[in-house]
Amino acid sequence: MAASSRAQVLDLYRAMLRESKHFSAYNYRMYAIRRIRDAFRENKNVKDPVEIQALVNKAKRDLGIIRRQVHIGQLYSTDKLVIENQEKPRP
Amino acid sequence: MNTILVHSESSISAFERPHRIVLLGAGKKPGIWAVTDPRTQSASSWSTGRFLWSSLLQSSGPAVSGVACLDRCPHSVGTDVMHLFLCLQQVASLIGADPREIIFTSGATESNNIAVKGVARFYRSRKKHLITTQTEHKCVLDSCRSLEAEGFKVTYLPVQKSGIIDLQELEAAIQPDTSLVSVMTVNNEIGVKQPIAEIGRICSSKKVYFHTDAAQAVGKIPLDVNDMKIDLMSISGHKIYGPKGVGAIYIRRRPRVRVEALQSGGGQERGLRSGTVPTPLVVGMGAACEVAQQEMEYDHERISKLAERLTQKIMKSLPDVVMNGDPEQHYPGCINLSFAYVEGESLLMALKDVALSSGSACTSASLEPSYVLRAIGTDEDLAHSSIRFGIGRFTTEEEVDFTVEKCIHHVKRLREMSPLWEMVQDGIDLKSIKWTQH
Repeated sequence: MAASSRAQVLDLYRAMLRESKHFSAYNYRMYAIRRIRDAFRENKNVKDPVEIQALVNKAKRDLGIIRRQVHIGQLYSTDKLVIENQEKPRP
Repeated sequence: MNTILVHSESSISAFERPHRIVLLGAGKKPGIWAVTDPRTQSASSWSTGRFLWSSLLQSSGPAVSGVACLDRCPHSVGTDVMHLFLCLQQVASLIGADPREIIFTSGATESNNIAVKGVARFYRSRKKHLITTQTEHKCVLDSCRSLEAEGFKVTYLPVQKSGIIDLQELEAAIQPDTSLVSVMTVNNEIGVKQPIAEIGRICSSKKVYFHTDAAQAVGKIPLDVNDMKIDLMSISGHKIYGPKGVGAIYIRRRPRVRVEALQSGGGQERGLRSGTVPTPLVVGMGAACEVAQQEMEYDHERISKLAERLTQKIMKSLPDVVMNGDPEQHYPGCINLSFAYVEGESLLMALKDVALSSGSACTSASLEPSYVLRAIGTDEDLAHSSIRFGIGRFTTEEEVDFTVEKCIHHVKRLREMSPLWEMVQDGIDLKSIKWTQH
């Protein structure tokens, strides 16, 4: 099935990471990026096509969720947290 | 009828958590339903998840705009029931229960009230004794106090220095007319885990009902009501990153636990908790439970690592820091440290960039040191200088490092200013000093 090819999975991975970077809330953003990386890394050796398809479907649903939440977060954003202002000066 | 229409999506991800949500309430006007302020860095994710759910919003447009909702009104009742059933399943599978054994409430406080007062009052004619611990949540202790006024007898079991109760003492305290034993699974102030499975075994062998306030434990450590022989359990929505204002109570059906209803009315929720079930909140809690079940292992590992990092860094850089509570039987996400020779409130104010708490949210109104710390035998001065650090799913390493750095800096600064610290450095034993009045 085309959907579960390596290229498709990588596209999905990149799309999710790209979308997650737009979260205006620091904690959501960091969690999303971290969790996506860890989840894809954890499942990288899965061979069973049925399982792969199930994981891909879940990821697609999660991508939809991320998109909606990023949008809502941007509608109701707040000030930056102390820690975000700290991060810049560090090399 | 303006009910809120929710589309079902069986797997709901952790990301569905906006800061503010717009809902249609029972009235005709849309409005901001609930708001949280995420501006302060919450190292105290222990007391509030800070994040609202939004399984409602992940159903998107129709529900939020409300127009489609009104159009589809005739169908919304059926959809409501379908969603509630799904949520029952989600909550039940997290604790190993049957969906029919779950009742939705307004939070763990209400669940605790129902459990303690409901069971006590139902068996009032034959059994007049209850057992609980000194480190329980305020709502359990207050419920017990109000039952004492009704003529019940309550034994408040002391805890050992580690914060864990003595099982022999518990067994000795059980009398023939004991109806309920209530012990919380994970303490909200010191993070200590009680030996629930053993307590369950003791209670079932003595035919006494066992209630546990698992608000801080559900979704964080594996719980099974059948393995641990739990008869009643309180669950809180916002502690597992669900919405605030919702919780659940698990009431065993086999063998049936009878509970007198606290709230009279239309007979909803098996007659035990009348009142309209808040569908949006309940859907959110169901989603949170499902996510918690999937993420439990990952979160636990991460939180343990972060907790280790926090304590190691602080203990390495600062002398005279005491961790309250048993280090082994401990949930890593709640760390309570006492900094000797430093005043707790001034340290809190110095750490204003980080949201911490000395004591717990439910006792923050009083300036007295926490009763939990007093129960574990902490000295007055150490109890006053304790800080509780909460680490959760969304805490980052940078936040931990930042908090540690600030903490070390301010503790050192406050100690420099403290005459007690000077005396200790000179080798004087503070306990031997005779303080005089001027």
